[in-house]
Amino acid sequence: MEKMSRVTTALGSSSISGRTMFCHLDAPANAISVCRDATQVVVAGRNIFKIYALEEEQFVEKLNLRVGRKPSLNFSCADVMWHQMEENLLATAATNGAVVTWNLGKPSRNKQEQLFTEHKRTVNKVCFHPTEVYMLLSGSQDGYMKCFDLRKKESVSTFSGQSESVRDVQFSMKDYFTFAASFENGNVQLWDIRRPDRYERMFTAHTGPVFCCDWHPDDRGWLATGGRDKMVKVWDMTTNRAKEIFCVQTIASVARVKWRPERKWHLATCSMMVDHNIYVWDVRRPFIPFATFEEHKDVTTGIVWRHQHDPHFLLSGSKDSTLYQHMFKDASRPVDRANPEGLCFGLFGDLAFAAKESLISGDASRKPYPGGDRRYPIFFFKKPNPTEQFAHVSSALSVFESSVESRHMDWLVKTARLYLLSGKPFAELCDHNAKVAKELNRPQVSTTWTMLRIMFSDPANLSTPGPNHIGKLGTLPLMNSFSMKEMGTGLVAEGRLERSKGESRQDNLHLEPGNSLINSNNDENEETEGSEGQAEYMFGDAELDDDDLYSMEHENHAAEEQEYTLPQEAFPLRHEIMDNPSAPEHLQQDKADSPHASGNEAEVMCLTPIESFSLISISQPLFSPHLPAQFFCPVVREMLIHYAEQGDVQMAVSVLIVLGDRIRKEIDDLTQEHWYTSYIDLLQRLELWNVSNEVIKLSTCSAITCLNQTSTTLHVNCSNCKRPMSNRGWICDRCHQCASVCAVCHHVVKGLFVWCQGCSHGGHLEHVMNWLKSSSHCPAGCGHLCEYT
Amino acid sequence: MDIHDQDATARWEELGSRDPSSREAAMEHISQEVMRRVEGIVPIPAAVPSPPAAACPPASDLNDILARLLMLSKRCPFDDVRERCIWLLRNVQDLGIRIPRPLGNGPSRFIPEKEIQVSKVDPRTQSIFEDAFAALGRLDNISLVMGFHPQYLENFLKTQHYLLQMDGPLSLHYRHYIGIMAAARHQCSYLVNLHVNDFVQVGGDPKWLNGLEGAPKKLQALGELNKILAHRPWLLTKAHIENLLKAEEHSWSLAELIHAVVLLTHYHSLASFTFGCGITPEIHSDGGHTFRPPSLSQYCVCDIANGNGHGNHPEEKLGNHQEVSGEVEVLMERMKQLQECRDEEEASQEEMATRFEREKTESMLVATAEDDECVPSRDVSRHFEDPYGYKDFSRRGEHVPTFRVQDYSWEDHGYSLVNRLYPDVGQLLDDKFQMAYNLTYNTMATHKDVDTSMLRRAIWNYIHCMFGIRYDDYDYGEINQLLDRSFKVYIKTMVCSPEKTTKRMYESFWRQFQHSEKVHVNLLLMEARMQAELLYALRAITRYMT
Repeated sequence: MEKMSRVTTALGSSSISGRTMFCHLDAPANAISVCRDATQVVVAGRNIFKIYALEEEQFVEKLNLRVGRKPSLNFSCADVMWHQMEENLLATAATNGAVVTWNLGKPSRNKQEQLFTEHKRTVNKVCFHPTEVYMLLSGSQDGYMKCFDLRKKESVSTFSGQSESVRDVQFSMKDYFTFAASFENGNVQLWDIRRPDRYERMFTAHTGPVFCCDWHPDDRGWLATGGRDKMVKVWDMTTNRAKEIFCVQTIASVARVKWRPERKWHLATCSMMVDHNIYVWDVRRPFIPFATFEEHKDVTTGIVWRHQHDPHFLLSGSKDSTLYQHMFKDASRPVDRANPEGLCFGLFGDLAFAAKESLISGDASRKPYPGGDRRYPIFFFKKPNPTEQFAHVSSALSVFESSVESRHMDWLVKTARLYLLSGKPFAELCDHNAKVAKELNRPQVSTTWTMLRIMFSDPANLSTPGPNHIGKLGTLPLMNSFSMKEMGTGLVAEGRLERSKGESRQDNLHLEPGNSLINSNNDENEETEGSEGQAEYMFGDAELDDDDLYSMEHENHAAEEQEYTLPQEAFPLRHEIMDNPSAPEHLQQDKADSPHASGNEAEVMCLTPIESFSLISISQPLFSPHLPAQFFCPVVREMLIHYAEQGDVQMAVSVLIVLGDRIRKEIDDLTQEHWYTSYIDLLQRLELWNVSNEVIKLSTCSAITCLNQTSTTLHVNCSNCKRPMSNRGWICDRCHQCASVCAVCHHVVKGLFVWCQGCSHGGHLEHVMNWLKSSSHCPAGCGHLCEYT
Repeated sequence: MDIHDQDATARWEELGSRDPSSREAAMEHISQEVMRRVEGIVPIPAAVPSPPAAACPPASDLNDILARLLMLSKRCPFDDVRERCIWLLRNVQDLGIRIPRPLGNGPSRFIPEKEIQVSKVDPRTQSIFEDAFAALGRLDNISLVMGFHPQYLENFLKTQHYLLQMDGPLSLHYRHYIGIMAAARHQCSYLVNLHVNDFVQVGGDPKWLNGLEGAPKKLQALGELNKILAHRPWLLTKAHIENLLKAEEHSWSLAELIHAVVLLTHYHSLASFTFGCGITPEIHSDGGHTFRPPSLSQYCVCDIANGNGHGNHPEEKLGNHQEVSGEVEVLMERMKQLQECRDEEEASQEEMATRFEREKTESMLVATAEDDECVPSRDVSRHFEDPYGYKDFSRRGEHVPTFRVQDYSWEDHGYSLVNRLYPDVGQLLDDKFQMAYNLTYNTMATHKDVDTSMLRRAIWNYIHCMFGIRYDDYDYGEINQLLDRSFKVYIKTMVCSPEKTTKRMYESFWRQFQHSEKVHVNLLLMEARMQAELLYALRAITRYMT
């Protein structure tokens, strides 16, 4: 024995060569194992049990161990192990609970040597002693581990795991008598092979099953365990209490773990669900895999390093019925693809930025950022460790503090507060918003609003607020953006120029890309102006021959005009009582049910719609020839997308709301929803609840409007029988009595019901309002001083 | 308008409070309310009792209150509330008002009421009951019956609460609707009624309840999955999953689908339990109580429906008792033998393989039902469109490969998938399965210190066997040794077509065993069935994902 172990270590690794290659198996593999000299690999699974020779260029099938016409379940392997001392000896663990040994030296076709059927349940793992030829250990679902002497017909000792299923057993590489066992309940036990009565030591390693464990090949005290809780942990067993020294968090449950030979800190893992890749981790760098093998198409079930002293070859078997040899040099290195820059905003708008040191220092020559931001470069140095094969990236962390006056989110907050999104005619909304943007020093945005107004308003409406507005605020920006169309390069220069003027950097950010957009859209813009020429606005170089355009537009504008209605935004803001989508159904249904609904109700119910209709009639467009609004939709759409991509989702949403139906159809629902949610999220973080609520209300996406309806269900119980009233609010299904009676008119309330939260009396909205105009006491006479606000 | 309207609801809820004084206050309030109403109806107390007046519509709300009081007097885990309710009911009765009485005997038709009483439970069960009562305002009959096994009940309620109320990808009314869909597959009117109320209360559209056509397209698409999963889960393929996930605007997300699948399987198996234990309608719901005075004959409606009157066949029972007195002992003897003789008679591999096949085919020969009578009180049939029942696994020539549990097990694969897409639920289900599988008191009927693991495993594997799930490491010959025919009939009926379970079936297996043990068996059946369905569903989803 002594001699043999020396032979093993003496074997050089120089003889091994090969390339990344694979071969198709006939069936999914469950486990693989290599022979001592790394020239052959055995693959075992439910329907496969074969030996392949590893040749330079390919796998060659050497032997099929599944013989007989109808192979028994003994061939259905959960695990396989090739003896590391004796090259003819193999052991398999069968799903039916049998442990089988195979002797390749047998002359007959059937190589089966011994069959142990002592386990009652599936055997999950078999393990040969690393130095002892005849010693085999098995761990089974039935909660027992058994040690077999292959010279005898049955097990020599049984270790009980107290009816917890054993998932893995591993002999220690260095301690002759020790083995580790991992259990389904998350425990790991250490046993002395001579003492079957009690474990030496036990500790809880994972929550949920520990699927695998592996002793470090060199360091005697290290044990790696992997569990269903998606973690790989490395334990130092030399101390009194097992100490967790490393922990790697993977993305799926860990099915196998194998230390990499000759690399102290590396281990390979694979998963049994969802994730098909094999990862090699440096345990000191637990956040990103050191190397990844991505060849398999289904979960990897077995991994093994080809030779115990060669770190460059990894073999793997998989459920996708392939056997792979991976060359380490062909592995993908996630580190190379990882983004070494990090960026994060602090609570108060501070910005931390980490980047490669080289980048930062190169950058340092030019002025880092305009504005009064201070910068603290902080450098982190890790002591270089020669054994670490990670590329050394020392990054510099800079923190940019935003000064108080240019508080980062200021403009956003102000804009959010000041923007008008509804309640006025379209043109006025645009003008107002343009003004707001202008005052906040955002000319680009301001111009956009103005442009929108021009594009989508009909001239008749426009003429009132239009000219003076343009005169006082619109001219300059408009001139700017349009005059630039023939000198595209100059534009950028302009942007830079402005930046150097020391405007806040956010504006620059928006300005520059905005300009380039206009640049790219030059052609459309030309047409835009041409058409607006009709409405008395003349821009410097707007004189283009638009005759064709004109004629076309004259032909079809009539049709367009008819579809042109004002969107919802004209609803008065006060009306909180707007029915939610589910309510009208009830109401309508109920109305049909009860034809004797009083006139009052009908009125109350129609209150909101009526008002909005009147607004629409005011803004009914007068007939006048101009380009159909739809004509601009593609441009506006691009503009919105551009704004959103620039991070100014506020603008995108605001425009979306203000334009309403004019643009809505152009943008797919998902994008809209995405914008809305982003903006609402922003607003809520800034605690702008009112604005966010308004946005939710005005949005047309069903997914957004329903946000306001979460936990707004109001359960009403019948005042007579105390049962919840299920379908309608005023008549109880069970006692058939009218439950809610108006305190003023003593009739049943069937529409909007208002009641005092103090004394719980109430009635028809209109009645109560009228009542409280004249009296401050509760109409029911209970003496409560009710209030209607 | 009634001042007490909002108040009253709160009062009922406050009865669930753990604080005795607030319970008392609430109770006081309720009794005042009741008396007020009673006086409204019967102006002259203790006058000539006028039954027709009490039954007329204006009193119906009072009747509802009385029914509720009756429920509380029987089901409330707090004895002070129970006593007050009884007292109050008696007072009302003394005033000449007809009070309701419960129909049926206790929470289960199969188990005598005296076995399940809220008043006589150990402290642990008591505290679980109190929690459940506080959370839901009721203690349903299912929980009461499960109260035999408090450890399990705790797990069960926790899981159910998480599935229905806590964070999850599906909205609340969807969850209840899926529950209704699943229960309706087995015509389980008890569960359907329970969830119809919940569904409406969380704001579900009552129109959906008219049938699956009334529900959104998205839920309609789930109908197919529901059907297959309930009756022939082995036919589930990744194509089904794909159809659900790629249906354009009606498509499901993976997380939603997992949630739905867990709900479906939960309610399919719960339907099995409901029928298997003969759960009766809740006292305060329709069909749970009556205002009619007890008739002379002691039959109650449900007994008549199933032909199980009291004392219906006393002599037959007696005769049987003689015959089966040794049943338990025989069973224990067999278990012992199996344990000892394991090594001696080593069956060949082929033998083992054929045993599974034999058990599988044999399970098909077990007739499922003795009579096809079932009386769904609510028209549940409208929730599913076509008749589609359990079809035996390998009959009709369609060959479906055996599901090998070693290749796709709950512990290794199912758990990870569920937990990935619906966090925490994997763990909850895992705990529940383990609890059901490992639950034992080491007793069998009157015998103590018995290792029942073998029996439990036989039951579990037999159920999985009916679904075509095979354990490589199990000798299916054991099943034949341990489970006798009447027990197999019961299992098969309960798992495959639970609506056909009858009291006779329940009584004819394991006659000497205690009711709590039979409930234990029911728990095993329920969880094994749920796991079997889940395994098929999750495997299909995994196949879709890879």
